[in-house]
This record gives sequence, structure tokens and C-alpha cells, in this order.
Amino acid sequence: MLNNITIGQYFPANSVIHRADPRVKILLTVAVIVILFLASGFVALGICAAFCILLILLTKIPVKMYLKNLKAIWAVLLLTAALNVFYITGEGDPLFKWKFISIYTEGIERAVFIAVRIFLLIIISSALTYTTSPTELTDAIERLLSPLKLIGLGGAVHVFAMMMSIALRFIPTLIEETDKIMSAQKARGAEMDSGNLIKRIKAMLPIMIPLLFSSVRRAYDLAEAMECRCYNGGAGKTKMKQLHLSFRDFALVFGVIILLASVILLRIFPIVLF
Amino acid sequence: MDNIIELKKVVFDYTDENDLPVSVLDEISLSIERGSFTAVLGHNGSGKSTMAKLLNGLNKPSSGTVTVNGMDTADEKHEFEVRKTVGLVFQNPDNQIVASIVEEDVAFGPENLGVEPKEIRNRVDEALKSVGMYEYRTHAPFKLSGGQKQRIAIAGILAMQPECIVLDEPTAMLDPRGRSEVIETIQRLNREKGMTIVLITHYMDEAALADRVVVMDGGKVILDGTPMDVFGHVTELKSVGLDVPQPTELVTLLKADGVDIDTDVLDVDQCVEVLVKALHLEEK
Ligand SMILES: Nc1ncnc2c1ncn2[C@@H]1O[C@H](COP(=O)(O)OP(=O)(O)O)[C@@H](O)[C@H]1O
Ligand SMILES: [Mg+2]
Repeated sequence: MLNNITIGQYFPANSVIHRADPRVKILLTVAVIVILFLASGFVALGICAAFCILLILLTKIPVKMYLKNLKAIWAVLLLTAALNVFYITGEGDPLFKWKFISIYTEGIERAVFIAVRIFLLIIISSALTYTTSPTELTDAIERLLSPLKLIGLGGAVHVFAMMMSIALRFIPTLIEETDKIMSAQKARGAEMDSGNLIKRIKAMLPIMIPLLFSSVRRAYDLAEAMECRCYNGGAGKTKMKQLHLSFRDFALVFGVIILLASVILLRIFPIVLF
Repeated sequence: MDNIIELKKVVFDYTDENDLPVSVLDEISLSIERGSFTAVLGHNGSGKSTMAKLLNGLNKPSSGTVTVNGMDTADEKHEFEVRKTVGLVFQNPDNQIVASIVEEDVAFGPENLGVEPKEIRNRVDEALKSVGMYEYRTHAPFKLSGGQKQRIAIAGILAMQPECIVLDEPTAMLDPRGRSEVIETIQRLNREKGMTIVLITHYMDEAALADRVVVMDGGKVILDGTPMDVFGHVTELKSVGLDVPQPTELVTLLKADGVDIDTDVLDVDQCVEVLVKALHLEEK
């Protein structure tokens, strides 16, 4: 059951996007997220969707991996869509009226718009983590934050990046362990999938406590293993994989600039479909 | 004789909750010869892991000295040189892998040492090849088997180009197949690269592969010699909760019963051989 969680995972493959510079990927992901919020109207959103679809095809990762995330957030999507459908009032007559509920065309449009936008946000951020290994990701963050070294925060930046990469590294290990502990507790007759909320939370305790204990054990072991491999907090550390900007990075930046330009143009000169 | 590691009268204690010192190791003196393969046996709590961590300076002796290539491990200025020279591999493979990609994990040691990027690449490739995991270099370690993960942990140490590898029960959490993968790798490193190996284990068949077996009990070395010598001491080994390889035990018991038999036996083949010889003698 827990095996379905794919957020924050990395899928090795040999694609243009995998090989792109992680710094560029992070900055462009942030840029596309901003663009998604700038987009107004269905034409602009459609262009963003086309861009995202092209991008995920370029990653060579099966589309179903991206759709899996949809399963995880469908409740959020449904809730936001529903809120918009019921709360937005339009100018004309309502499409549907029953007691205090009235639904307008504008409400439906808005709901679809927001649902698509959230979905694209999820896709674009998954594309980043799917194609960038945690080490690359944190390495890039470390470098992007390197100006902070000038104000004496170099050590803090390194520690933050290291913590993130270890956290990401241990997500699958801890998920696997949680699964094991759950099976073990179920085998002892623990009921976890039934009862009211309080009962369920209580049922989580026999899982959380062993998990906490073993995590502390793991942290201790890992610290020793890191010491054995001469870790000393990042001073004088080199990197096997050097980061180089190449043609493909400029092509990606160019693509995002075009996207930004079209979204801004559409804000100034909107094309109304219906 | 050229020793890579020397322990002289090493005592290690820790303080318990009442601030009283509790002794774990009691005046251990031991030297590890360069290029040798030593196995350390002992039941749980006999101080094996504590000793392993003394060998690369992770633990500092309470009294006595540990030297690696002549460097005192208690001296902070040799800290990295000592850790680079004597690599330590632990029991749980999951808890010693730092990165999410095999090759990035193996690169961790040399990166910390500030090795040039190109040179790191060479070392990583070579280390992965020598443990037979080169094809998996871009995989995610958590999807691999225990034996494969443990070999990656060994590669991570190899990439620092150590002279000695100390392995603390590296096969304890593995299935039989993973065990033999790891043991074969260790033997190959010893034979082909002349790497000094200290293998802590509680499997007798693994200890039998070493040049030398050291048996610990209660923080002391109680037996030290070739596998043949050590496994001859059946009663001592039993008294500290250890077993002898079954073939060795069989011939020793026969000998004790007055059968004229050669007791220099470590595995089944040798056992069959001496039994056949003994039977021929009986007939005559
Ligand atoms: N820092 C410490 N704190 C508490 N107990 C310790 C400490 N170091 C060692 N010990 C104890 O010392 C004994 C020997 O441990 P260890 O070296 O792990 O043995 P082995 O590896 O042979 O099983 C154990 O009883 C352990 O609990
Ligand atoms: Mg131990």
C-alpha cells in the first residue's frame, strides 16, 4: 500500500531532461510554477499544459508515473473544484438552482481551471524530482545558495543540503520498514483499517514507536559510517560530478522564456473562447 | 614482520549511568600483519565491535595505544589519514549508504578527502568493478539485495584506497547467497590486491577461510593462531559459547575416543579424506 508513494522519488533514465543541469532545472521549475499562477484564461492554460506534456514526454518516464500522483491528490482536487463551483457567482442566470445552492457557468469554468492548474503544478514538480537524483538536487541547492557564504552561512548551507539529501535517501528505506512493522503488528492481531479516528490514531502508536527507535539507531549507525568515510562537515569537499551548462540548458531556458512571454501577452491581450 | 596495525595493552571502558567505569576491553595486545586475513570470533558482547572501532580511531583507547602505520590513532592530526588507511564496513548495509545512487555513494569518501573529480570517477569505476557491481552504478541502492548493498558499502571504502579493511559481521544480516557473494569479494581483495582484511564474524566456516583466527571473550583475546590450531581447542571454544566447524568437531571427538586419526581438518572434503585414511589403518 505504501509502495504507491512516488513523490520525491528519482527514476534513472537517459533523457535530455535527466542530463540537464540541476540548477537550471530547479530555477526553471520555480519559473514555470510562477507562470502557472500568472496564466489567465483557458488559452494561456492550454499553452502551459502543452508545454508540460511536451516536457514529461521528453523525460522518457512512463506517463503513468505522473498520473499516479493524481491518485494521491484527487481529494484535494475535488475539494477545491467543489468549493469553486458552489461559491462563485456569475452575471447571468444560474445554470442550476436548488434551495440555497446555485451554480453558474463561471463557477464551473473556474473549477476546471483551478483543477488543471493544480495538476500541472504537481506534474512539473514531479518532473524535477523524477529526473534529478537527490544528490544532484541538493548539490544544486547548495550551489544556488552559495551567495550566503559571503555572509558567513557557508557551513549552514552545506549542513542543510546534506540533511535534505539524507532525508530523501531514507524515504524508501523508512517506507519499507513501516510496511514491515505494520505487517508484524497485523500478524499479532492489531486492527489498523477499522474503527473511528481516535481508534486509528491509537493503532498507529505501535507502529510509530518502533519506527522512531529504529530511526534513531539508523541515524547513529549512519553517522559512524560517514565518519569512517572521512566526512568532516563539507570542508575541502570536492564533487565527482561537475556541473556544466550546455546547449540543452539554454534550449530549456529559451522554451520557458517563450512560455512566459506568451502567458504575459495573453494577460494583456486576452483571447476569450466562450 | 611488517605490521599495519598494533594494539598495545589497550583498555577501553565506558561510564555507566552511575558514572562508574565499565570495562569492555581488558589490556588487549594484538598486531595485524600487512596483507594478512584475520578472522575475529566471539559471542555477543565480547567486545568485537568495540575493538573494530578502535582500529580506525573511531574509538580512542582509555589506556594503551593503537597505531596504524606507526601513527597513534589518539592523535587528532592523523585522524583522516588513519580512517583512510583502515576502512570500516558495518553489519547493516542500509545504514551505511549515504547517497541515492550507487556511484554517488561510492564517491562519498574520496569527495570528502578532496580528491580531483576525474580521479574520483576512476576510483569509483575501479572500486565498483572490483566488487562486481559496475553494471549497477546508476541504480538506486534500496532496490538491490542485501549482498549487493554490502558490496557497495565495501566499494565505498575501497574508493578511499585503504590498505586494510575491517568488516564487523558484514554477513550477519544476509541470506546464504548474499553471504557467499560478500565472502568471495573479501577473499579476492585479499588474494589479488594484497588488501589486509580483519573479518569479525560468528560463522565458523567464514573464520576457517582466514590465515589467522583470534577468539575474544569478556574483552580479552583467549585464543590466537591458525584456524587449524584454534579449532583444535574444542572445549575452550565451547566454554565461551562458540561452536567448532562440524568436521573439526567430529574428528576431535573420534581422537578423544582413541581412534588413530589426523585432526587437521577444517572442511568436509578434508574430513572425508582423514576418515578414509583412518578406516584403512583400522583394517590393517
Ligand atoms: N559506549 C557504550 N555504552 C554502553 N555500553 C557499551 C558501550 N560500548 C560498549 N558497550 C558494551 O560493551 C559490550 C561489548 O560490546 P561490543 O563491542 O558491541 O560486543 P560485540 O560486538 O562482540 O557483540 C556490550 O555489552 C556493550 O553493551
Ligand atoms: Mg558487534
